[in-house]
Amino acid sequence: MDKLPWFKKREKEEQRDFKANDAEYNANFQYAVNKIKTSRYTWYNFILVNLWEQFHRVVNVYFVCLLILQFIPEISSLNPTTTLIPIITVLLITAIKDAVDDIKRHRSDDSVNNRKSSVVKDNSLVQEKWMDIKVGDVIQLKNNDHVTADLLLLSSSEEHNLVYIETAELDGETNLKVRQALNVTGGMNEDLKALHNFDGVIKCEAPNNYLHKFTGNLYWNNETHSIDNEKILLRGCTLRNTEWCFGLVIFAGPETKLMQNTGKSVLKRTSIERLLNKLVWLIFAFLLFLATVTAIGNTIWERFVGVYFQAYMPWATYSPNEYMSGFLMFWSYIIILNTVVPISLFVSVEFIRLGQSWFIDWDRLMYYEKKDLPAVARTTTLNEELGQIEYIFSDKTGTLTQNIMEFNKCTIGGICYGDVYNEDGIAIVPDDNTPNADFSFNDDAEKDFRFFDQRLINSITSGDAKSHDFFRLLAICHTVMPDVTPEGNLIYQAQSPDEGALVTAARNFGFVFRERTFDTVTVSELGKDVTYQVLAILDFDNVRKRMSVIVKDMSGNIRLYCKGADSVIYERLGDSREDEDLKNTTTLHLDEFAGQGLRTLCLAVKNLDEHTYNVWKEAHFKASTALEDREDKLSAVYEEIERDLDLLGATAIEDKLQDGVPETIANLSKANIKIWVLTGDKQETAVNIGYSCNMLTEEMKNVFVISGYTFDEVSAEIKQAYDDIENERSHASPMSSRDDTTFPNVVVHTSKVANGRAVVFQSDQDNKFGLVINGHSLVHALNEELELKFLDLASLCTSVICCRVTPLQKAKVVELVKKNKKAVTLAIGDGANDVSMIKAAHIGVGISGEEGTQAVLSADFAFGQFRYLERLLLVHGRWSYMRMCKFFGYFFYKNFAFTLVHFWFGFFNGLTAQSAYDDLFVTLYNIVYTSMPIFMLAIFDQDLNDKYCIKFPKLYLPGQKNELFNVKIFFKSIIRGILTSLVLFFVPYGAFVEGMSPSGADMTNLQTVSTVISTCLIIVVTLQVALDTSYWTPVNHFFTWGSIFIYFLLTFAMYSDGLFQFSTTFQFIGVARNSYQFASLWFTMFLVCAICILPVLASRVLYSILWPTYTEKIMKLQLDEEKKSRQRKMKAAESLHAITEKIRSTFQLQRRGSRPRSGYAFSHERGFGDLITTGRMSMRRKSSHPQPGRSKPEETPPPQSSSQPAPTNGVSTNTELYRQLPV
Amino acid sequence: YNIESASVTGLDEPEDSKKPDNTAFKQQRLPAWQPILTPKSVLPTFFIISFIFIPIGAVLFTTSDGVREDFVDYTHCTNSLVPNETCASLRENRTRMNEPCTCVVNITLNTPMTGNIYMYYGLNNFFQNHRRYVKSRDDNQLVGTHVTNTSISKDCTPYRTDTVNGYQAPIAPCGAIANSFFNDSFTLQQEDGNTVNYLTTGISWYTDHTVKFNNPFPSNNLTAAFSTYTKPKFWNRYVQDLDTSNINNNGYKNEALEVWMRTAAFPKFRKLYGRLVNTNLPSGTYSLKINYNYPVTAFGGRKRFIISTTSWMGGKNNFLGIAYIVVGCCSFVVGVALCIIHFITRHKNVE
Repeated sequence: MDKLPWFKKREKEEQRDFKANDAEYNANFQYAVNKIKTSRYTWYNFILVNLWEQFHRVVNVYFVCLLILQFIPEISSLNPTTTLIPIITVLLITAIKDAVDDIKRHRSDDSVNNRKSSVVKDNSLVQEKWMDIKVGDVIQLKNNDHVTADLLLLSSSEEHNLVYIETAELDGETNLKVRQALNVTGGMNEDLKALHNFDGVIKCEAPNNYLHKFTGNLYWNNETHSIDNEKILLRGCTLRNTEWCFGLVIFAGPETKLMQNTGKSVLKRTSIERLLNKLVWLIFAFLLFLATVTAIGNTIWERFVGVYFQAYMPWATYSPNEYMSGFLMFWSYIIILNTVVPISLFVSVEFIRLGQSWFIDWDRLMYYEKKDLPAVARTTTLNEELGQIEYIFSDKTGTLTQNIMEFNKCTIGGICYGDVYNEDGIAIVPDDNTPNADFSFNDDAEKDFRFFDQRLINSITSGDAKSHDFFRLLAICHTVMPDVTPEGNLIYQAQSPDEGALVTAARNFGFVFRERTFDTVTVSELGKDVTYQVLAILDFDNVRKRMSVIVKDMSGNIRLYCKGADSVIYERLGDSREDEDLKNTTTLHLDEFAGQGLRTLCLAVKNLDEHTYNVWKEAHFKASTALEDREDKLSAVYEEIERDLDLLGATAIEDKLQDGVPETIANLSKANIKIWVLTGDKQETAVNIGYSCNMLTEEMKNVFVISGYTFDEVSAEIKQAYDDIENERSHASPMSSRDDTTFPNVVVHTSKVANGRAVVFQSDQDNKFGLVINGHSLVHALNEELELKFLDLASLCTSVICCRVTPLQKAKVVELVKKNKKAVTLAIGDGANDVSMIKAAHIGVGISGEEGTQAVLSADFAFGQFRYLERLLLVHGRWSYMRMCKFFGYFFYKNFAFTLVHFWFGFFNGLTAQSAYDDLFVTLYNIVYTSMPIFMLAIFDQDLNDKYCIKFPKLYLPGQKNELFNVKIFFKSIIRGILTSLVLFFVPYGAFVEGMSPSGADMTNLQTVSTVISTCLIIVVTLQVALDTSYWTPVNHFFTWGSIFIYFLLTFAMYSDGLFQFSTTFQFIGVARNSYQFASLWFTMFLVCAICILPVLASRVLYSILWPTYTEKIMKLQLDEEKKSRQRKMKAAESLHAITEKIRSTFQLQRRGSRPRSGYAFSHERGFGDLITTGRMSMRRKSSHPQPGRSKPEETPPPQSSSQPAPTNGVSTNTELYRQLPV
Repeated sequence: YNIESASVTGLDEPEDSKKPDNTAFKQQRLPAWQPILTPKSVLPTFFIISFIFIPIGAVLFTTSDGVREDFVDYTHCTNSLVPNETCASLRENRTRMNEPCTCVVNITLNTPMTGNIYMYYGLNNFFQNHRRYVKSRDDNQLVGTHVTNTSISKDCTPYRTDTVNGYQAPIAPCGAIANSFFNDSFTLQQEDGNTVNYLTTGISWYTDHTVKFNNPFPSNNLTAAFSTYTKPKFWNRYVQDLDTSNINNNGYKNEALEVWMRTAAFPKFRKLYGRLVNTNLPSGTYSLKINYNYPVTAFGGRKRFIISTTSWMGGKNNFLGIAYIVVGCCSFVVGVALCIIHFITRHKNVE
């Protein structure tokens, strides 16, 4: 029954059409219910589906075919168990792994699906599970609830049916947004009866992934109301500051915009794995070739030799002639030579990766103490790709930054506060031990507020008027809403974290913003409540880049307080002589702040007399009621009053980077990893962060900004930038001819050890470019016609910053690079808005941050801090890659050495597919005898320890260039395998042909020769892996020598007399004890080892003498240093400390030393100002000032072009709020 | 999309810290030996190898050299009964192939042989390692289990059963290997006409004789034990008649059969035929009388009779000795070459 509609639904939905509270009517359309499903299996279909999926892997099918072949006695050259046991092991292990993974997914699905939500049913509220919510249901949300599905807001507890939502999980923006219900539906309030009887019909767009766009209509009571994005609550948002609201479900479950945005999760394969799959085909072709050769050979042999040997070995009835024999032999050789593609390869790879993942989970240096978060490798199949990353796409908020704004410094009246000095008067970087300034004078100060400069407090407590004005301004001039928690704590609801930080700072310095009504602000100034009458709010916008308030204090003085970007404020300062000094000093301070990556704001004040104000007020009123060009006229009026200001000072806010971000970025750049920042933030914010984390530097030749709104604009901008770079390059090329990809001389590098990471700040800045592109320009840049040009430009730039990008654009950018650059990409982020990019990139990393855990849940790796990325890539990634490459190189070697012996032997047995080994040996060779040493190598090996991996980021380059495992290396190891197999066969042949034992018995029987070859093989391949092992832990010793031991042990056991009593299938009875007593066996073995190993040794030494790799140089360096450190252990410990100290201080100096940048950094959007003054937004629970009728919300259909606001310096305004304003 | 699965990332459990254990294993700080292939550490290896291998090679070579071995190829020996006719051609003649044929050939010992002396027959171009040939046996039968014409291993086809008195009797021992059992016999006479006596027991592996080959019940009465079986097609006698004089060398436990059943690895092989314990064979010409039964010329095979002493290394084979000396020398040359390169480049680096 379910099936049919399910098929029907496949038709693409053109328009959504449903009726509220009418399940019967809505059932006609089969809209998805609110249940989400990310799991792949159910308990009853697991076996079938899983097997089906597993057999999608060509390899598994191949092995099953082989198995079937082996059951045909006519061609079976090996016992079927030789394949059966490994294939069952593989399938079983994979199935268990898949099951465990799916159980996790089930659990997380269930936890979401089973959340409770209140639904309006029969005039009452009924608790229902999320998964049972249907389109057309009316549900109630309470404060701090997660929005259940995509809802049409019907009514809310707040005035004017406003609700506040946080969209952090959706788009990463943490500021609150406002949504407002239609007036007609708002009237229903919380009248359950009315809500239940609400029978509006919605016709709207089909499910899509545009987060900021919605079009539809509500037809109710014979009226049509248009619905836009402002009336919609999207799943993934959280309700804030709103007691309750009711909403009508429009899209549910998989059809919600959030889910539509998450993108399909695709099975990620590493590039090595893709190469491996190609190689497997190649090997398979080689296998077919060998089998063909042997089949033809056998035909020839049967024709010219076998035919005469029929007296002793008659042809079988099923192969009456040589052609049939050759045909059958083809299959027999396919079977016998199949071990060139060993099944255990894939199992081993999975297990190695699992082991490596555990090491990531266990790494204490990637454990985030504050949140008790260890690093998690959620996907255990991508480890080696961590060693090959070329591009990192990073989110900004919560990833690079902590999303915490801190009031860090300020300059008041020409005195700079905020620097911390030690006893010797040297500026230091405060750490946890730096004593905090004394805030005891202020009861409202927050415990965790950190400010270290006592002088500022002294200045306030001593009554310095300038300081008082400074903080008074901060306490008055803003659009923050105060709130009191049930516990009685005062908290602020700020629209931007910057504002919050400033108001909070004022609070801590004794100017506590207490409450706000539509026309007053109450501030507790050093314990004394003062109420100011707010006469006007001259709100922020991106052109003005400033905000002013005009207030009248209790004694009737009218003042204008203004804060804004320095350039803007400076233009409007009065030009009195005495101010000149102040301006200069402040400019100096501003430059210093900006140089440290701080976001600065200038503060200014102006006294107004009653008359001036009244005149202005008139003008203002006129402007605000003008019918034409209202905006322009208002601006002009504002301009008029904001003149001849007196500079108070400037604030410096730190958009607190996560710990170690600049260092990490610097080090990763040294490892030739290109870092792109993709953020939903505005351009200024993004650029500012770019500077403070050293992605953009003053030394850069140019930072291009692309902010066009049309295709042609963007195209022109890209072309212009590209040409600029080309010009620059052609001019500069003779100078910068040095190739930064060549490995620097090791001597240079030893000196760099001491300087550590500081090096990068001096190097290669001369010809670098940065690129900043806006989201609305990116739309065009990602157009098919332009995308390659855009990519070319981006590749020429050292840093790329994309701002105002949507989640899907993030993914598209990643796809673009992934597709066209053939590079390995990594995306790192923390919010739901990063999910699509995390899924799109080769590797997704989630930061378990403030913004929920969606990013983590869709990521492949997760940890608490951005800086761990350095260790993940440079240490774990590099090691994993190196280990995996060693593993592959060795694995093919050992299997070719093993398998091709059959081929050589074929030429001595008429190419009849006689195995050169015992079946038992064939079964155990890959599983038991040779699996553990290389497995342990792949788990434990470290060519260099972690400190060196981080110290010398260039060690990462071989991974990016695929140097350790590629087609060339693959062929090398195969050829080595073939040569070894030749030695393995022909040396025993020479030593044993017509051989006799000292007691006269013949030694040249099949079983003895098999044993000799197997023994030599085991010893040689074990020695080979021993040569490859560069890190001999006790475990490696145990397994390497242990596998030789286990070989002899098992050989003796299996070939002993005892087992033969049970079964005649143990044909090799007595061979071990007969063979191993022959001295000639041992001499043959030593000879084989010498012949196989010495050339390897010789060539490795030769290469390391003549063409040492960078890695080898560092290895020697490490060896030398360790030797030295052993000699003077104590001193070494001290010097290490000294080095880290030095790194630290050098780094600090470097940062300070960088040229100051004129800092405009006003992270502030067009605010709530109008909402406040019009009283539409008053404080919660402060409804003592109702505004009846004052501003009746009008239904204003959104301007059609609202998604493309006027191009104001490339910064889009906050459209949500913009449209909220009464026009 | 999932909000409340914070437990996955560990947000929910503040009590017991998830901080990973600080063990050397988990932090990948296990104490380890980190050898690096530097010229300093590797170059001595080449010299050590050469200094070890060359003397070993010399010892092996002289040891092999000390082994006395003489052989005669009698493939085309003349029928001693019919002049101008070779036994080989007689065996190829379909009508007369069952006539007995004896040859007498001379074998010259250039130096006297002392101690344990071994006699071998050698075959060339005989594919005992053919896959189907190797398989064509029933170990179950050979270990002493009674088999019927149905339970006998299918691997033995086409030498599985044979028609006896109109019914299918299982062949004992079945299979191509047993069927092609080498059946020439040799008598060695000294110049003075004395026959050299040799033992045909003690020539097979101890494990083969005691474990792998057993006669079926009743093993003390082989006629009864093998009464339900028939002989292999090519044989002219039954398995219980292989050595009627010694029950411990009869039936499946016949050592010559055991030796034959241990299939050779290469198409050129020799198998132990008899042994002389602590004997002194003076140098000179011996005459070897051969009961020529085994046809090999049809497939281009050759037959040899070999008589040899052994050393602690086994038979005569110079391969190992020479190989050791060659490898030792190569190792030395490579060592020297690497040394030179090393010193040249080191010199350059200093500059």
